[in-house]
Amino acid sequence: MPLKIDRGLMHWLGVIAVTLVCIAIQGDISWMKAYPKSLVVPFSDWMNTGMQWFIDQFGAIFLAIATLLEWPIKGVQWVLHALPWIVCTFLFCLVSYIASGWRLAIFTLFAALYIVVLGYWDESMNSLSLVAISVPLAIFVGFVFGVWGFYSDRAERIIMPTLDILQTVPAFAYLLPILMLFGFGTTVGLIASLLYSFPPMVRNTIVGLRGVPSEIVESGIMSGATPAQLFWQVRMPTASKQILLGVNQATMASLSMVIIASIIGGTADIGWEVLSTIRKAQFGESILAGIVIAFMAMIMDRITSGLATQSAEYNRKQQTLFARYRYWIIAAAGTVTFLLLAKLIPAFQEWPRDLQFSPAKIMNEGLTYVVVNFREEIESIKKFAFFYFMLPTKIGLQQAVSPFTWGFELKLVHSLGYAVMMVAIACWCARRWNNQVAIGVLLFAIFFYFGLTNLPWPALLLIYTVAAWKVSGPYLAVGTLLGLGFLVVTGVWPQAMLSLYLCSIAVIISFLFGTAIGIWAAHNDRVSAIVRPINDTMQTMPLFVILIPFVMLFKIGDFTALLAIIAYSFVPAIRYGEHGLRNLPEGVLEAATMVGCTKSQLLWQVKIPLALPVMMLGLNQTIMYGIAMLVIAALVGTNGLGQTVYIGLSDGDFGVGMIAGIGMAIIAIIADRMTQAWSKKRQAELGISV
Amino acid sequence: MRAHQNPSKNTIKLSCKNIWKVYGDDPDQFFTSGNGAVANAHAHADQITKDNHIVANADVSFDVHVGEIFVIMGLSGSGKSTIVRCLSRLVEPTAGEVMLDGEDLLRKTESELIEIRRHKMGMVFQSFGLLPHLNVIDNIAFPLKLQGVAENERYAQAERVIELVGLQGRENNFPKELSGGQQQRVGIARSLAVEPDVWFLDEPFSALDPLIRKQMQDEFLRIQSVLHKSIVFITHDFHEALRIADRMAIMRDGGIVQIGRPVDLIMRPVDDYVREFTRDVPWESILRAADIVESHQGSVSGMKKISGDTLIESLLPYLAEHESGVAVEDENGAIMGVVTARGVVAALAAGCDVDIADADTAD
Repeated sequence: MPLKIDRGLMHWLGVIAVTLVCIAIQGDISWMKAYPKSLVVPFSDWMNTGMQWFIDQFGAIFLAIATLLEWPIKGVQWVLHALPWIVCTFLFCLVSYIASGWRLAIFTLFAALYIVVLGYWDESMNSLSLVAISVPLAIFVGFVFGVWGFYSDRAERIIMPTLDILQTVPAFAYLLPILMLFGFGTTVGLIASLLYSFPPMVRNTIVGLRGVPSEIVESGIMSGATPAQLFWQVRMPTASKQILLGVNQATMASLSMVIIASIIGGTADIGWEVLSTIRKAQFGESILAGIVIAFMAMIMDRITSGLATQSAEYNRKQQTLFARYRYWIIAAAGTVTFLLLAKLIPAFQEWPRDLQFSPAKIMNEGLTYVVVNFREEIESIKKFAFFYFMLPTKIGLQQAVSPFTWGFELKLVHSLGYAVMMVAIACWCARRWNNQVAIGVLLFAIFFYFGLTNLPWPALLLIYTVAAWKVSGPYLAVGTLLGLGFLVVTGVWPQAMLSLYLCSIAVIISFLFGTAIGIWAAHNDRVSAIVRPINDTMQTMPLFVILIPFVMLFKIGDFTALLAIIAYSFVPAIRYGEHGLRNLPEGVLEAATMVGCTKSQLLWQVKIPLALPVMMLGLNQTIMYGIAMLVIAALVGTNGLGQTVYIGLSDGDFGVGMIAGIGMAIIAIIADRMTQAWSKKRQAELGISV
Repeated sequence: MRAHQNPSKNTIKLSCKNIWKVYGDDPDQFFTSGNGAVANAHAHADQITKDNHIVANADVSFDVHVGEIFVIMGLSGSGKSTIVRCLSRLVEPTAGEVMLDGEDLLRKTESELIEIRRHKMGMVFQSFGLLPHLNVIDNIAFPLKLQGVAENERYAQAERVIELVGLQGRENNFPKELSGGQQQRVGIARSLAVEPDVWFLDEPFSALDPLIRKQMQDEFLRIQSVLHKSIVFITHDFHEALRIADRMAIMRDGGIVQIGRPVDLIMRPVDDYVREFTRDVPWESILRAADIVESHQGSVSGMKKISGDTLIESLLPYLAEHESGVAVEDENGAIMGVVTARGVVAALAAGCDVDIADADTAD
């Protein structure tokens, strides 16, 4: 393909030229290098003042709500603690059996025994009681808003963007305002988890109600349904599967937020157990407690998703009274029986302390052994990744290459060689594929040489804005400019770039490896069967828990954070990669095979181009997951926005934490809109829909 | 006149006059106080389209008589589904009037409308519109449940219509366990459960396989021969329309092109658009003896006598043997004339150019 010089290419070459000029002059012009402190708009101070005023005015109301909400939590806590563990376990197993079957019931039994024997029963019940209150609340609130949004377009136009913000602003950021409004106590966890978990319920309710086929609605109307009958007897039952999926997602979100909220402490729940032991470097204990959370998450997930799938399998009418109420009868009988048993055998009432058993000590010793004996290996892995990959991206080859790290000094010869090589690769890409790829290579070369954090902010602003323009159009470009501009004028740009650097490395690695695995899984059923449960587990695993093993081996720092982000965010890349390749139009593949494609031609020239829009949605999710994990990773010592949020929380500085939180939301939303827009554009061009 | 056309049908059950349905930002601007009568419908529709509105129905008027099967036939996008929804007020017409038993349906309040739908109307949908969470008998009894009919009573009624559509033994199955044909039987049964007077069928058999479709058409005609409902039947299949229609309308671009008995449409298409449909029609299975009868001088005493209602195709073997043809009687036994082999061949060869002198008197 001859090199085509069109307008788009000229635009980009212009952008690159401006970038290079900016870099060249940033030594001389100080505001180019760093946005001047004197010009920082004191948004955070304003927000603090505003918040203070708000609390002074309305604080009493919120405190009243807090005390009001305290009671149901206390009540559930009391019940869960008063009941012997054996009774609770029996009831959990029964619910598992009803929702999913014997296998889940046995798994639940095993998990309950694990919790009891290791002595985490009380903490687990504390977490559970929060979830038990927050989930019904979230379902109710979410359902109401969902129905409202379904009936009123105007309401939907307000609800949807609000949900976007609630779900992208990192949870830590709104813990603080809640803390300030509602005061210390369990209510904070409740409110935070409510705010975090009702959005999926709203979305699923709207999607479910929308998805009811118009003919079913019409048939209801023609059957003479009143509006209320139409809703409760036609729309609701038909949408129930989707709505129950919302319940599932709300439950999972609620649990994960309850765990995260324990960071403010004072709750004696299982999340606090993990966090405090991590901080004390008692990794054995923290991983044992983390497993409890993972168990809880898995069981709740299976129970709620089991109920959702069951709702689609309508059972025949139960004829006898006993059959209709059999589960209630079993539950009552079992409860009474086990209560009596617990009276007779004290160990069923409360597991004796001296029968508790914890392998934490052995695990800690084992870990110490590994860390001591394999220090060399661990260190070299860490160093390798750090010197050759992370550091160049962060501060650029220009600074990263030194005799200490790479073993030689960066001389002009090397720089020139690098420049020539990259330009050559770009030209080759332009010939082989297209100009866009070539531009990508050039930009990457610049980033990698000068480092993301060393690039002047006006240049980066320009690059992102132009990219948004090219991908979507003027609206997104203006939005990007305003959003990133906000980061600049509030003075959090340097932290934002640190976050971006960590996140982009993680996302690139996750996406490349995840997609590769996805492609493999799409072609090999056995791989697919192995990968799927791993994905499921990783996705239900609360973010906290994922951190633990990495902290254990690599201590705190950027590298650990990177690994944790990768571990969490490669899941969607695999999923979408496999999904995209497995759902291609059969006819096209047959046609391609019949014109004589080899297997690799089929993959590279037919399948991947067609699956690319779906894969881009995977990239979108990878980015979202990465950003979500980034905040949690701040707990193990990264710099950047995540850490700023965290500092804001621990210092009680609402403004600072909130600005950083909004900053992360801005980055997430821009990335989301750009990848979505690209995927949509591509889908439209290919005439397919995902 | 055909035997299955009952002369007592002349009372009008349902009629619509100058119905317009316009989609867009402000459809009402094109009509003064909901009056759909305009001087030149074509010009008016063009004007509306020019103003960035979409015309789904343009000046549609027709009557449905008691006990009649009125078929609306049109290709996709012709507005046939919209018009049937205007008649049932699932869609609110922009202008025009719909009269049911002499009362204006468009003036009815929401609650009156619910009452009418509960007792007077039934509707069958192309993709069945069954409730996935209810089994067969509950789906069929659903309209009765909405009315608050007691469980025993509604199951008894549902059982009756289940028998009518031949679904006995399937009462406890859920829709997804049934084949398409069976699901549509459930849809038909449900629409009949409230014993409606007016029965709307919106492409009821279009989603079915050709063989099942034929079978369902027969079934439908059998049910109608028992129930004598006033029917509006929507289809995109011209042959289906010919098979079941007493009268039919052909729609195009939201308006009606031609209304008449199937044989009228075939023999006197108003324009090329209608003629295009009639082109590959098997004439011998549409034309009846009365349609091609020739006047005959002299005695017919030696000839076989047949009714004017007889289909040509059933005469072919006889005509092959008897050169002089058959004598055709009207329903009073009076001789109308004869049909000869030559006359049949001429009719089939000439298509619409047959002598249609007697067709006029048929209506």
